[in-house]
Amino acid sequence: MSKHLGVWAYSESSELLFELIGKGRELASKLQTQLTAIVLGHNVTEHAKELIGYGAHKVIVVDDPQLKEFHVETYLSALIPLSKQHKPELFLIGSTKRGKELAARLAARLSLGCVPDCLELEVDEQGRLLARRIVYGGNAIVTQVFRTEPQIVTVPRGKFEKPNYTEESKGEVVNITDIQIETPKTEVVEVKPVSMAETRIEEAEVVVGGGRGLEKKEDSKILEELAAILGGQVGYTRPLAEDRKWFTEWVGLSGHTIKPKLYIACGISGVIQHVAGIRDSNTIVAINKDPEAPIFEMADYIVIGDLYEIVPALSAALKKVLGVGKD
Amino acid sequence: MVRILVCVKQAIDVSQLKVDSATRRLILADAPKKISDFDKNAVEEAVHIKEKLGGEVFTVTVSPEDAKTTLREALAMGADKAYIISDPIFENSDTLATSYTLAEAVKKIGTFDIIFCGEASIDSFSAQIGPRLAERLGVPVITYARKVSLEGDAVTVERGLEDCSETVKAKMPVLITVTKEINEPRTPSYMAIMNAFKKEVVIWKAADLNITSEKVGETGSAVRVLDVLAPKVEREKIVIKGETAMEVAEKLAKALIQEGIITR
Repeated sequence: MSKHLGVWAYSESSELLFELIGKGRELASKLQTQLTAIVLGHNVTEHAKELIGYGAHKVIVVDDPQLKEFHVETYLSALIPLSKQHKPELFLIGSTKRGKELAARLAARLSLGCVPDCLELEVDEQGRLLARRIVYGGNAIVTQVFRTEPQIVTVPRGKFEKPNYTEESKGEVVNITDIQIETPKTEVVEVKPVSMAETRIEEAEVVVGGGRGLEKKEDSKILEELAAILGGQVGYTRPLAEDRKWFTEWVGLSGHTIKPKLYIACGISGVIQHVAGIRDSNTIVAINKDPEAPIFEMADYIVIGDLYEIVPALSAALKKVLGVGKD
Repeated sequence: MVRILVCVKQAIDVSQLKVDSATRRLILADAPKKISDFDKNAVEEAVHIKEKLGGEVFTVTVSPEDAKTTLREALAMGADKAYIISDPIFENSDTLATSYTLAEAVKKIGTFDIIFCGEASIDSFSAQIGPRLAERLGVPVITYARKVSLEGDAVTVERGLEDCSETVKAKMPVLITVTKEINEPRTPSYMAIMNAFKKEVVIWKAADLNITSEKVGETGSAVRVLDVLAPKVEREKIVIKGETAMEVAEKLAKALIQEGIITR
């Protein structure tokens, strides 16, 4: 296994890639090796230079017109020969849906292991990488070690800090030109963007969560008002998004994982799939009519009461102390 | 006539899982099992297509033999035949090893136009088996499907990603992983449940697929589990009480500000 050297980081999302570079640098220094960022795309030289500023020791670039848009098959056809030739010991891939598929298929082609959605990555005294992830719907955390290299892990957005950008950082940009990009077997015929909140919910310092206790979609206004006063955002549970079709995104195991400074769960019972997505919040306030709601087990502050009464009152109380709105 | 195979996992029913709070170990021994949620959506989609276009739906699982009971549900929903791949040597397999076993089973069962999987399983939630199986079988894969339509020898799939929805086309054979949004799995009728008992359940051991122990189980896995522990929950659990909603709200606001959680 000793032939494998270096830590690699890749994500098609540049914000997530910055975070991977930050974590990758830390792991590389513990493993006494270097961090290489991988850039796939077309006309991406400027982006490559930017990554040096965020802390990459080296950037490997595959610049090809066929890589202009992300397609898992073309990107895979670039990553496979790169991984075979340069043999990294550890490869961090951003845990978007695209990234997870990419990682699984890369691992399959190279007959490797892959640990997806790592919430912790650590090098132990023996120099082994310990990869931790949530399993059993949030009931447990599993610690895994690899027997193959490159060790492929995927890392979700917002798990690790984005490093500071420094203009003076030095690093090497290597252009790889001898890779044959494959023609994909699946064809993307249409892409419809879904409207995204202006700031991503992962970045919000305060998140107000809404669950089944909300009776009508319009009532989410109550939560939005509270979020606005606290300069935060509103997130919902999967049943509101999927069963009632009120929203397109949700907070929870299969949706967004968040760790705000403050999470206010309103009318949320606290099924483990949801809890898995909010577990790392610094402080959790739970408001629920049902005194037996499991969310209370997870809460720092417990309010047994109707969200329709408590939330507007909380907004009014906070308005009074904070002044209307907060930047 | 469409030939469809659905890969299902008999998963731990995570909503009923108990934890030994002293040791933080999970009590897995008598934890109830069921078809993983998204796999039920996969069965529903397959049966729906069969009802529309005609054809056959088979299901396969790599599981202990007790999966027979669980798989009856897929048969009751309308699948025609079930395969259980079961052998003690499969224990502690990771996704690399399990996808190998599954691929060998699929090759022996036959050829298919579509292979459906759930987007992930409810217990391990790795979302790896579908893409890995497709790679092993050398067929295109479309993940996170919300809508599937067939025309001639091609499928058109709408997939839900974080920032967009993508419409993707591919020629069959193809492997598709489905999300919960794709459909509402049916509740089988009493008759359908009774009929399911007449349907064939084939059980194969590792030897039936010429699988030897070095490619599966712990030896055949690339990832090894060191431990599985319930996360530590250290929450304050301070109950805020009051006569009126306003009083509760004011107390809560004051506490959050005093603790520096909300800053003025």
